[in-house]
Amino acid sequence: MTGLTFVSLYPVWPELFMVISTLMLLVIGVIKGNEFTSLLFKLCFGVVAISAIMMFGVPTEKIYALNDMFVLGRFAMFSKLAIAVAVGISLILSSRYLREEALNRFEYPILMMFATLGMFMMVSASHLLSFYIALELQSLSLYVLAAFRRRSVTSSEAGLKYFILGALSSGLILFGISLIYGFTGVLGYSDIASVVPGLEGDRLTGFLFGVMFVLSGLAFKVSAVPFHMWTPDVYEGAPTSVTAFFAMAPKLAAFAMLIRFLGGPLENLADQWQVVIIFLSVMSMAWGAFAGLAQTRIKRLLAYSSISNVGFALIGVAAATAEGYAAAMFYMVIYMITTAGIFAFVMFMRRDGRALKEISDLSGLSKTHPLMAYGFAVLMFSISGIPPLAGFFGKFFVFEVAVAEGMYALAVFGVLTSVVAAFYYLRIIKVMFFDEEEDAFDQPHSIGRKSVAVLALAFSVLFILSPLKLLETARQATQVVYVSQDTPSTSDGGNAYELENTSR
Amino acid sequence: MIVQAVVFYLFASVMLLSATAVITLKNPVHSVLCLILAFFNAAGLFLMLGAEFVAMILVIAYVGAVAVLFLFVVMMLDIDFSRLREGVVKYAPIGIVLGVVLLAELLLLFRAVFGEGRFETQAVTDDVTNTQALGQVLYTDYIYIFQSAGLILLVAMIGAIVLTLTHRTGVKRQNVGDQVSRRPEDVLEIHKVEKRTGV
Repeated sequence: MTGLTFVSLYPVWPELFMVISTLMLLVIGVIKGNEFTSLLFKLCFGVVAISAIMMFGVPTEKIYALNDMFVLGRFAMFSKLAIAVAVGISLILSSRYLREEALNRFEYPILMMFATLGMFMMVSASHLLSFYIALELQSLSLYVLAAFRRRSVTSSEAGLKYFILGALSSGLILFGISLIYGFTGVLGYSDIASVVPGLEGDRLTGFLFGVMFVLSGLAFKVSAVPFHMWTPDVYEGAPTSVTAFFAMAPKLAAFAMLIRFLGGPLENLADQWQVVIIFLSVMSMAWGAFAGLAQTRIKRLLAYSSISNVGFALIGVAAATAEGYAAAMFYMVIYMITTAGIFAFVMFMRRDGRALKEISDLSGLSKTHPLMAYGFAVLMFSISGIPPLAGFFGKFFVFEVAVAEGMYALAVFGVLTSVVAAFYYLRIIKVMFFDEEEDAFDQPHSIGRKSVAVLALAFSVLFILSPLKLLETARQATQVVYVSQDTPSTSDGGNAYELENTSR
Repeated sequence: MIVQAVVFYLFASVMLLSATAVITLKNPVHSVLCLILAFFNAAGLFLMLGAEFVAMILVIAYVGAVAVLFLFVVMMLDIDFSRLREGVVKYAPIGIVLGVVLLAELLLLFRAVFGEGRFETQAVTDDVTNTQALGQVLYTDYIYIFQSAGLILLVAMIGAIVLTLTHRTGVKRQNVGDQVSRRPEDVLEIHKVEKRTGV
């Protein structure tokens, strides 16, 4: 690598800006104390917005930086912008919630910023080391956020569970990475892509073992069945604003990372990993749909809903084409915005200053708060995939890709499980409209929460006006996940062959 | 040459003895102290191999941080160590089997790696020390990873503070600034006390 200059770092500018301003905000927070938190939220929002705007300043072709460990291109831009939107929404939702719940501590937005930084680094990782480091930066911040309500037993439990199982999955990923390194001698994505065609026999088997370990770890991060067991407890135990954040941003980042890993260095081994993804997808759709039926608490239900939605998005990944990846990212973006609206409504559920948890607390909402009930109903219709709302298009394009790739059984199975899952979404609507009415909720005051709900509703309803635009953008983005035709600035690919010669 | 051999055997034997002591001594504090001794001897062995960086890291990180942390944990937590020692005889067979398996694995690995000359070490040029060579890649090729790892440590620190620190009100803390800026005029009242009257 030829020297680090400010100019040679330009693909990393948004991240650099974010690190520096977050560190400054941290110092300000330490000096000013917890009374400053509300303003800190606004400042963090500004930092995320500016980083997102800076993303537009870089050229759209793929560029490598920092010794080929960091890549920026359309795909990274697309994912980062989506993550920035998710983080912005979470910041808006959190600020008020923390005050209501007396959790107002300035470290909260700072930790969210570090998590965001980790996610940005995740989607830009083009080297297994930066992949792992970024994942850890993000996860560690999230563990702390999950346990943020430290006086509550459930929140501590959520944090601890997430931490222990997360550490286990990190261990799996590291073990997988070490196997990949052991059998190929390289860690960079483009180097791996150039070594993979030459692998055969034992070395291929060993390499695939490593890949499977990494995949298991990633499946944990996106909470795909059978690596989902942390999700319901963490979603329920964590403060609602943190749950909203969990449901939106980290999954999207983990999906982007998964797609970059599978589509990049493992492009030619698609027939090997496809089966695994199909398995994860089928299990997640089925378990998310059936286990969700038995839930009585709204956050637990949303946890199972997120599991089943991850299953749908994985159908797109299983297709192993740029169109499939695009459909998956498209699905995740729509899911993210719908979820943002749903969580805004969940946060409205307060009575006498206390947050409500049960689905039955919603009963008769159409009489006490008709506007809220209709809004919530629209979002529920959208997430269960009823046309003409946004959620329908997400599912439609994922199934379309599956059919185009000849995976009819998978598509049919997806449709069937989405019918099962529709039951629990529709049950909420039934509770709101046909059950005995209960006492009214507290009058909603938060402008931020209202605007998030309205925006998510508008997105769901108006999406039909130009559904293909977002899909087109996603397609253009995923065209560049492949690394085989790339020529990175410096190539360490030679090392692999040296190792090959000495080891045989 | 003979001096080297003597030093090597000295380090190695003290290390083995102290490692055995770690698991056999009754007093856990003594165990941790023996562990520290073992670390120092391992550092000595590394020094003999010319791996001065690893040796120093071993002393700084393991002795300075990890072992001291162990010592704190042992001294602060109320663990009944005599109960932990129960059933040594019962578990000994499993322990021995595991030990033998581990030894066999190590021997096999040793043969596989060094036995047929498959492993070739690359000579480092003499004018660059280990530490320099590491620094040269760590701060250039791997600067991104290095700095990001620093961020992770920062997050860990923030997390530990968020989850454990509580500001209790009504605690009287020492304020050095106040103490230094205290003047006799502000705090002392001088009374002229008359004889036989009291204050």
